[in-house]
Amino acid sequence: MTEPLNFEGWVCPMPLRDHPNVIMGHGGGGKLSAELVEHLFLPAFKNETLAHLGDSAVLPVAGGRLAFSTDSYVVRPLFFPGGNIGDLAVNGTVNDIAMSGGQPLYLSTGFIIEEGMPLDQLGVIVDTMGAAARAAGVSLVTGDTKVVDKGHGDGVYINTSGFGLIPDGVDIHPANARPGDVVIISGEIGTHGIAIMSVREGLEFETVIETDSAPLNGLVSEMLNVSPHIHVLRDPTRGGVASSLNEIAKASKVGIVLQERQLPVAQAVHSACELLGMDPIYVANEGKLIAIVPPDIAEAVLACMQQHPLGRRAVIIGQVTGQHPGIVVSKTGIGGTRVVDMQIGEQLPRIC
Amino acid sequence: MKYLDEFRDPDLAEKLLDDIHRLTKGHWAIMEVCGGQTHSIIRNGIDQLIPSNIELIHGPGCPVCVTPLEMIDRALAVAARPNVIFCSFGDMLRVPGSEKDLFRIKSEGGDIRIVYSPLDAIKIARENPDREVVFFGIGFETTAPANAMAVFQAKQQGLTNFSMLVSHVLVPPAISAILESPVNRVQGFLAAGHVCSVMGFWQYGPLVERYHVPIVITGFEPLDVLEGIRMTIKQLEEGRAEVENAYARSVNYEGNTPAQKMLADVFEVTDRSWRGIGEIPGSGWKLSAKYSDFDAELKYAVTDIKTHESPLCRSGEVLQGLIKPNQCEAFGKECTPRKPLGATMVSSEGACAAYFQYGRFAELTQDVIHLEQV
Repeated sequence: MTEPLNFEGWVCPMPLRDHPNVIMGHGGGGKLSAELVEHLFLPAFKNETLAHLGDSAVLPVAGGRLAFSTDSYVVRPLFFPGGNIGDLAVNGTVNDIAMSGGQPLYLSTGFIIEEGMPLDQLGVIVDTMGAAARAAGVSLVTGDTKVVDKGHGDGVYINTSGFGLIPDGVDIHPANARPGDVVIISGEIGTHGIAIMSVREGLEFETVIETDSAPLNGLVSEMLNVSPHIHVLRDPTRGGVASSLNEIAKASKVGIVLQERQLPVAQAVHSACELLGMDPIYVANEGKLIAIVPPDIAEAVLACMQQHPLGRRAVIIGQVTGQHPGIVVSKTGIGGTRVVDMQIGEQLPRIC
Repeated sequence: MKYLDEFRDPDLAEKLLDDIHRLTKGHWAIMEVCGGQTHSIIRNGIDQLIPSNIELIHGPGCPVCVTPLEMIDRALAVAARPNVIFCSFGDMLRVPGSEKDLFRIKSEGGDIRIVYSPLDAIKIARENPDREVVFFGIGFETTAPANAMAVFQAKQQGLTNFSMLVSHVLVPPAISAILESPVNRVQGFLAAGHVCSVMGFWQYGPLVERYHVPIVITGFEPLDVLEGIRMTIKQLEEGRAEVENAYARSVNYEGNTPAQKMLADVFEVTDRSWRGIGEIPGSGWKLSAKYSDFDAELKYAVTDIKTHESPLCRSGEVLQGLIKPNQCEAFGKECTPRKPLGATMVSSEGACAAYFQYGRFAELTQDVIHLEQV
């Protein structure tokens, strides 16, 4: 050996970032996803409504405002504990509309079906969608179907779009968080992501973890009855609570301080995350919301959430600050501090 | 959660921290060997809670990151073959080779599957007899028994379409190499608890005697890490150098002897190059001659690998405190959080990223990364 070995300068090699092709991480809800939107879609579609990057677009129409949103569902497996792709597709768009304070009314849906998909399974999925729509109080009023060659799809992909009306006096928006605001989560986090992982190849847990997929419009409606002055609502789907809070911090140019010990995580999800080396704060939810509210209404909003079946475990998890804008930090269980950054792509099970 | 929550108790952590603060008189540099411990330290903010005169030097114990560049390039070449199903632990997929990573190969059509155990790869091989299944067998002594078991089972079952690309690394030779280095400053080690749960700690006695450094077998929960630090500092302050076990609930002296027997059968010691560090004699395992039929390195003789690392990044010097992030020529120019050149810019805990992100109000506060003020 010519040069002495020096272990102090050792660092992990940095992940590649400039990919010439789309990789799975571009769909992970982390930085790669955000970059795809920022550098590809925003410049091409350039308009003021899109630039707000809310869960739904807010559109002025005669006599009020519409919340308009779309989402596509490519979940594998199609059936998982507690639900299937059908109710996920309805609840997802209902929730995106609700996160602007909109009362969802009508949905459209598009099916891309793979040749060979068993009709009885498709029937179950469609029935589930109908039931989910009725439960959420929305109507599926238009749709489309396409069939692709075997091997060109994964059973079925579903798109839903929808719109709803935003009540007067409501201005809910990712850029509205203000220093001093209180951050509330509606319940236990990470459940959906772990429910999906638990039924993927090679992973079998003793306890069945069910998805939390649920329509949040009823809960939002109750919250708005308490006060229309809620600043931000977000449903932390892909990328989990961490990604949503980072997006809010960036859009509002504020910092967010979390109290890690307050984060509600179900026992089974906690155990599964420990086993897989994952952090529940980055794991997807499908029936939870983050509310950022001014301190004077925080207690009332929280109390109202706890009265609702989808908000029983609602709890305050942090606060908005004027310091370190764009950055989310967390007070750790033993009193330290860490930065809670966005993931680059998908969260991967760690070996160590 | 049983066996976890007890080791995250904030009151006990505070007591341990008080002890550490009371004990620490001198300035001490301690290395936590394992990446899992580094993760725990950062995730729990332990580095900010201990006295400033204890310096934690992060060890080269991240198994995916020390896998040599040449081996990654070889893996990428094998994974790109049309008939291969390439199985890997998840976090290996984003470790960069010279040009690409496994994610890229996957996007180009490579059949790459994340598995949670090498035994899953055996199952895939059985279910796909017309395909070649290759498992990327990396890691320290911790992951080695399961990898050895997979190769053992493949042989037992007469699987001819399964092979393993083995790049195992070993802790004790790395500790020796660290202590032999003329620029070494490490005065005590937190040894990796999981490694010791397999290997025991009989290997560390000779190291302690030879180099007179404390080695404390340490776990991964916040209280484990704090207890490891406390015991190491106590030894240093008292001038002792012994092997001590702060992770007795998982580790005993002998370790897991059936596993060790299996390891000795399936693997043999080899020299191994560590990425970012260099070659360390006798610091790796490869498949033994008896199992050479399952050696993907032999099965897919990949030649003409030309490796190269990015030359701009000075993250090594940043980590050693030799330069401040903004003294690096690439800082904020070629190197930003969006297009990072080094881990210190990639990771949210990285000094460069912190400098970059906090730069906006750094001049006002004169205090760049003191998050405690939040």
